Amino acid sequence: MFDFVSFIPRAIVQGIPLLLGSTGETLTEKSGNLNLGIPGIMYVGAISGVIGAFFYEQSAVEMNGFLAVSIPLLCSLLGSGLMGLLYCFLTVTLRANQNVTGLALTTFGVGFGNFFGGSLIKLAGSEVPAIVLSATSSYFCASLPFAGKLGWFGSIFLSYGFLAYLAVVISLAAAYFLRHTRAGLHLRAVGESPATADAAGINVVRYKYGATVIGSMIAGLGGLYYIMDYTSGIWSSDAFGDRGWLAIALVIFTIWRPDVGVAASFLFGGLYILHMYIPSGMNLAIKEIYKMLPYVVTIAVLIISSMRNKRENQPPAGLGLPYFREER
Amino acid sequence: MNNKTHTPLFHISKRGALPWYAAWAIRGGALILALLLCALVTTLVTGQNPIDVYITIFKGSFGSSRRAWVLFQNIAILLCVSLAVTPAFKMRFWNIGGEGQMLAGGLATAACMILLGGKLPGWLLIVIMVAASILAGAVWGGIPAVFKARWNTNETLFTLMMNYIATQLVAFFIIVWEVPKGAGQIGIINQSSEAGWLPVIGGQKYLLNITVAAVVCVAMHIYLSYTKHGYEISVVGESENTARYVGIKVERVIVRTMLLSGAVCGIAGMLLVAGTEHTLTTTITSGRGFTAVMVSWLAKFNPFMMIFTSFLIVFMERGAGQIATDYGLSQSFADILTGIILFCIIGSEFFITYQINFRHGAAKED
Repeated sequence: MFDFVSFIPRAIVQGIPLLLGSTGETLTEKSGNLNLGIPGIMYVGAISGVIGAFFYEQSAVEMNGFLAVSIPLLCSLLGSGLMGLLYCFLTVTLRANQNVTGLALTTFGVGFGNFFGGSLIKLAGSEVPAIVLSATSSYFCASLPFAGKLGWFGSIFLSYGFLAYLAVVISLAAAYFLRHTRAGLHLRAVGESPATADAAGINVVRYKYGATVIGSMIAGLGGLYYIMDYTSGIWSSDAFGDRGWLAIALVIFTIWRPDVGVAASFLFGGLYILHMYIPSGMNLAIKEIYKMLPYVVTIAVLIISSMRNKRENQPPAGLGLPYFREER
Repeated sequence: MNNKTHTPLFHISKRGALPWYAAWAIRGGALILALLLCALVTTLVTGQNPIDVYITIFKGSFGSSRRAWVLFQNIAILLCVSLAVTPAFKMRFWNIGGEGQMLAGGLATAACMILLGGKLPGWLLIVIMVAASILAGAVWGGIPAVFKARWNTNETLFTLMMNYIATQLVAFFIIVWEVPKGAGQIGIINQSSEAGWLPVIGGQKYLLNITVAAVVCVAMHIYLSYTKHGYEISVVGESENTARYVGIKVERVIVRTMLLSGAVCGIAGMLLVAGTEHTLTTTITSGRGFTAVMVSWLAKFNPFMMIFTSFLIVFMERGAGQIATDYGLSQSFADILTGIILFCIIGSEFFITYQINFRHGAAKED
């Protein structure tokens, strides 16, 4: 019998970083910026939180719950926000190529994360053998006290740290923002046709900066969730892996809808760990084939949506294209 | 009526063609700025004085003849992948699947070495390996191209996803071929017979790889600048509508160019597996498919400039690796320095294409 009560919570926990990453990237792409720096930004979001928490744990005699949560949170937002700002400065202000800038950002971000993850202790001259932030992590993981008593219902719906619920709220809010607010409409206009938006009096540069920086911050939270909740505050090099790219895949899979992303990210999380639940006996190789699933599914969605060619399912028309007012 | 008009502090306009030496002077300036920033960061992290930083970087790359050969070997592979992705970029087809296409080529090579090693004469095996790796790379690059040509499927995202499918495919075959069972790795393939290992020429293990990369470099330059295909690629890249108007079959050009792009990536994968590593791992490409995008773009898609840009990237990587080793820091230090260099050069392109006109300058013209 397939063990759903243990499978679903694990799928959701896997899905949350993807959900945050894809919500952030969706916002960014809606402004016409194809930010391939998301994997790097998620690393920076994670390591910035770790650095904040590390110094707080080292200096604080008595840990204060509020500070223990808010310091890493703010550091993470700051770190990933700065990365978003750098991306915008290069692509919007200095008009550089988006793909190249994004990939450079990923190289830098992943390197930044792994470098400080591996060298923070040495640089800080501290005595501890490894980065283990279990005290901070315990605040991030704290779930409702009565969750454990409610059996399967509690473990499927109530067993997560606050960031998981925050992720769902952010996605729903982003979906509402994009579809039902004036600013959301403007943002979509900027992504579809910046020239038209500009002519209508919308400040294209401001919307691009705003969406990209906020999007990066949301994506950075995905990294923070991974390190503080999923791995219980233990940093290991490259552990975050290819989840950043998977978050970008998820954006396509959800056809640029953050609310669909909630269910889709859990599905992706499930596909990501499915290989652990499918009995394959001694044949370990076949598990590697199962790990291919999220990518195959994404390609299928990409192909089908381009074949059906329905207007509302397409990428923003201005995605990846630079916009300079003078060059029309 | 108020007829004061607001003049912004400055406005940006496109430059006329900048002479090539001025453009390269700006890039050179950006590079110097980047190197200074790198030294600053290194000094902050290690406390070493900046001059010593450069000495360490230089030693890391050229410290011994073995290090220099490793440096040139890394440049050769990176150059080969960069050349591979270039025709696609000139066509504005964002092939960021170099990673996957290399892995496909490497996988095909390893398959030949393992399954046919010892059963065929050495030269025949190598011919088959080359053909198989070209075919595998071309197929891996061709699939997204067919969909792009037929249904305009987004190629950036498609080629990106193909990378991970290739990675998992390699992971699958590693377990199928693992030696010994349960080790989770293949180990050195045909260690005793050396079947399928590329021959050593001139007494230097890496010389063949370097020669191949050099040949590909010249060939690519001729292909892009002096052939009808190269011309068609440029036209499609500048404007698809123009290309259609003059009777170029855009779909065919897209597929043909990506087959070529994938095939050269496949060759790079073969060089890695059969020429250097003699094994296959999922991380054998170590991000070169992505780095190649930046190398190619930094060189403005000029094959000969790519020798320099790939040298720059590999040189800094090896040097930063040396610093990291000396100070017991993480090897990822190299990525930070590479990132800084890339940001500076990417930013500098703006000053080559555009000029900033300040308000007082405009006032004089009135």
